[in-house]
Amino acid sequence: MVLLTLLAIVTIGVVRLRNLFAVVILAGAYSFLMASVLLVLDAVDVAMTEASVGAGISTVLFLGVLALTKTEEHRPVHTPLLPLFVAAVTAAALIYGTLDLPPFGAADTPVHRHVAPYYLENSIPQTTVPNVVTSVLASYRGYDTLGEVTVIFAAGIAVLMLLRGRRRNGKKGDDAS
Amino acid sequence: MELLEPILHHYNHWITIFLMVSGLYIVVARGNMVKKLVGLSLFQTSVYLLYISPGKILGGTPPILAEGFAVYSNPLPHVLILTAIVVGVATLALGLALVVRINEEFGTIEEDELFQSISEE
Amino acid sequence: MRFDVVLRVVIKIFLPFILVFGLYVQFHGDFGPGGGFQAGVVSAAMVILYAIIFGLSAAQRVVPPVVVEIMVPLGVLIFAGVGVAAMLLGGEYLNYSVLLHDPAHGQHLGILLVEFGVLVTVAGTMTAIFYTFVGRGR
Repeated sequence: MVLLTLLAIVTIGVVRLRNLFAVVILAGAYSFLMASVLLVLDAVDVAMTEASVGAGISTVLFLGVLALTKTEEHRPVHTPLLPLFVAAVTAAALIYGTLDLPPFGAADTPVHRHVAPYYLENSIPQTTVPNVVTSVLASYRGYDTLGEVTVIFAAGIAVLMLLRGRRRNGKKGDDAS
Repeated sequence: MELLEPILHHYNHWITIFLMVSGLYIVVARGNMVKKLVGLSLFQTSVYLLYISPGKILGGTPPILAEGFAVYSNPLPHVLILTAIVVGVATLALGLALVVRINEEFGTIEEDELFQSISEE
Repeated sequence: MRFDVVLRVVIKIFLPFILVFGLYVQFHGDFGPGGGFQAGVVSAAMVILYAIIFGLSAAQRVVPPVVVEIMVPLGVLIFAGVGVAAMLLGGEYLNYSVLLHDPAHGQHLGILLVEFGVLVTVAGTMTAIFYTFVGRGR
């Protein structure tokens, strides 16, 4: 698909550029392309979440941090031979592993066997909700959603704790370091 | 045509692997902390693609039950990835808060300057 | 002539529509794509947009930081409270079928309450993180 090739090209741009402002904007464009790819793959809820969270909140937070630090990256000091070698070996091993996977889009793979037909058939009789993703998320797998909300809560509390108080410039500062 | 068949069947997987490996390369090889976090989020989005592309059935529709449709794509990966996206942005916010604090303490966000100033103390 | 006049006027017209869209995504999460997470992020994006255009102090007059910090744990409490209410009514923890007279309608009510809790926490957390990051540089 053309969209996937565009994703790869944007990724090469993100790796090579050194101006961090351009990198952040390219990451926002990457998020939008990823949301379009997810829409083509029939994942509508996920595409909406990825577009709003990846291209909205992420970009805003990165720009906020860039306003507090500097916006240019240093020239890399070490030669990138070893990381390139590690990356190439990992890619080769993974590509060798994917040759055994079932072809894309087949309907008889083991993924579609056990639990998914049960959810698709019993969502309306048991919960009267046509959106299967919502009913699985909130009712059939409700514990996982409770854990996820707790993780978001914990991350919010941690950010508030870390960045409380004014900027330490000698006059005012938070007491506990 | 025989040689094109693996490419058509596995193009999704190969692009996913390319995105994953380039995210890994950014995290390992670059020293700037903000760029490492961008690479980490790149890695995470490639994992979303890895989970959702086996769930698609060619000729199916999104998993919202309606009249007239018989074949639906698999809803289970969508649920897992929905959780993963929001948890990912929460950890990204935490990482950025840490970068802001490091910048205030040491005055730099480059890794080699950071190691130098720590070893001089 | 200040060049941000166009931005201010257009954003003032847009903001109610964004709020309505967020509420639409929340309550129609049962029948179409949507749900608590997307609606929470859209509501937080509305407050962030207001803060970007009109300044942080104007936004903090409309949505004070105290309200935002109360919203963060309130959603978790709503979620866990639904589970405890299900336990008090005779079922197991987070079993929505015992909430009403009819198991299917009980599930529907449970799903609505849980999604509302998720909306409150996600919107509160995103807005609180934005306030903290932007308020740091003053």
